[in-house]
Amino acid sequence: MSPLITTLIIIGLALFVILTAAAYAVYFERKISAWIQQRPGPNRVGPLGLLQPLADVIKLLLKEDIVPEAGDKLIHFLAPIISVTVALSAYAVIPFSQDVYISDPNIGVLFILAATSIGVYGITLAGWASNSKYALMGGMRSSAQMISYELSMGISVVGVILLTNAIAPDGSNYLSLKTIVEAQYHSAWFVFLNPIAMFIFITCSFAETNRAPFDLVEAEQELVGGFHTEYSSMKFALFFVAEYINMLVASMFITTLFFGGYLGIGESFFRETELWNSEIWRNLWGISWFTLKTLFFAGVFIWIRWTLPRFKYNQLMDIGWKSFLPVSIVNLMLVAIGIYLYINYIQ
Amino acid sequence: MALQTALFWIFSILGIAGGIGLVINRNPVYSALSLILNFFSLAGLYLSLQAEFLAVIQVLVYAGAIMVLFLFVIMLLNLSDEPRVEGFDIARGASFLLAIGFVAEMLIILKDVVLPSSPEKFTYGKVESIGNLLMTNYLFPFEVISVVLVASLIGAIVIAKKFNY
Repeated sequence: MSPLITTLIIIGLALFVILTAAAYAVYFERKISAWIQQRPGPNRVGPLGLLQPLADVIKLLLKEDIVPEAGDKLIHFLAPIISVTVALSAYAVIPFSQDVYISDPNIGVLFILAATSIGVYGITLAGWASNSKYALMGGMRSSAQMISYELSMGISVVGVILLTNAIAPDGSNYLSLKTIVEAQYHSAWFVFLNPIAMFIFITCSFAETNRAPFDLVEAEQELVGGFHTEYSSMKFALFFVAEYINMLVASMFITTLFFGGYLGIGESFFRETELWNSEIWRNLWGISWFTLKTLFFAGVFIWIRWTLPRFKYNQLMDIGWKSFLPVSIVNLMLVAIGIYLYINYIQ
Repeated sequence: MALQTALFWIFSILGIAGGIGLVINRNPVYSALSLILNFFSLAGLYLSLQAEFLAVIQVLVYAGAIMVLFLFVIMLLNLSDEPRVEGFDIARGASFLLAIGFVAEMLIILKDVVLPSSPEKFTYGKVESIGNLLMTNYLFPFEVISVVLVASLIGAIVIAKKFNY
């Protein structure tokens, strides 16, 4: 098979898996929230309510699509499309296993940062095009929040790149996500080498995906529905799907950068065995571990949403600018000094 | 190769469409969106020249940060549509002449340029080469720019903050 066809097959499979996973993330969100609040949760459609996402999709497709009369119709139509497209584009560079990835450019890390920073347009434009005070407030909050948390997020990623640079052999592509994962195989998962950056990165991911405790963008008690107040039918569903796709992207990114990506526990033993030479077993092993870790972090996202109360807006800005930014800069300097000392005195 | 040519045409047409949209739209939000489209197409063109770093920075910095601020301000001020100028006035005539002059100049210069038939293997757009240059040859300008940026940042804070004496 030519590489183009292989890539197209992987893209198709990834799209299918991710869209299904996003639909079932909604189901698990409702189930987990129900367990936390001691309710049964959705349990009527199919066994254990497992067909609930399907029923929801059919319901949303059949609903009437209402467009505000005084709003901007073109942008009202484009905003949900932008949200989903941008969210999906981030999958293009994530390595799912040793050989299964869509592409592995030397700018993988920056690509995902860029993709998440563009996701804000969908929300901001939706807020503006709805011509409603609540929606506009939600959109505004979203853009301010994104810009504030992008910085600490980027700086905590720089620490990971420094570590990769120190560990990976000379001349490799230091910014490719696959190199970052392999560097973790040759040392340790970066969560052990750089735990503060991991903490900051995960918290910033919550803010970037607009999930609780940073979901001021759609704070129901203040803003009705936030940026999607004026959306209905399939357009609303697209925003909903985009949120869960973003959550999965963030989980995958956390896994790849700090928790060894597709590396499993006992990876070095597995690489000694005969199975490692078989392409199928190698990738099955990688994909299984990757899926397991991603699902774990998606679970953490949901768990935290139903456990922590929402921050106030001034608290959100204070945390972003006054604590995370200085802490991540100091942490980056410490990591740099540590690597320098290690290379020059210990190695 | 055919794929690359096709992508070149797609991105060029999108980029020019974005540029035209920026100028002729009366609504500031539409103008800003056209500019973002233009930035994206430029990033695509950079990618086809193997300048990956430039492409991503174009999206990350211009489309992802600067234009978000632009859009934020436009929405916050709720600017109305630009009124269309009726009839002839001096500013309109002067800008028309300037535009004609600029296009003529471009055409005269482009007439003598020999375009390479295919993009050669560029290396200077890669992350390593840019990083190396910044940290060796251009270290001093790089540091000066950092200082200027910090100074402007402090200036912005001082202007924006209301001091209680």
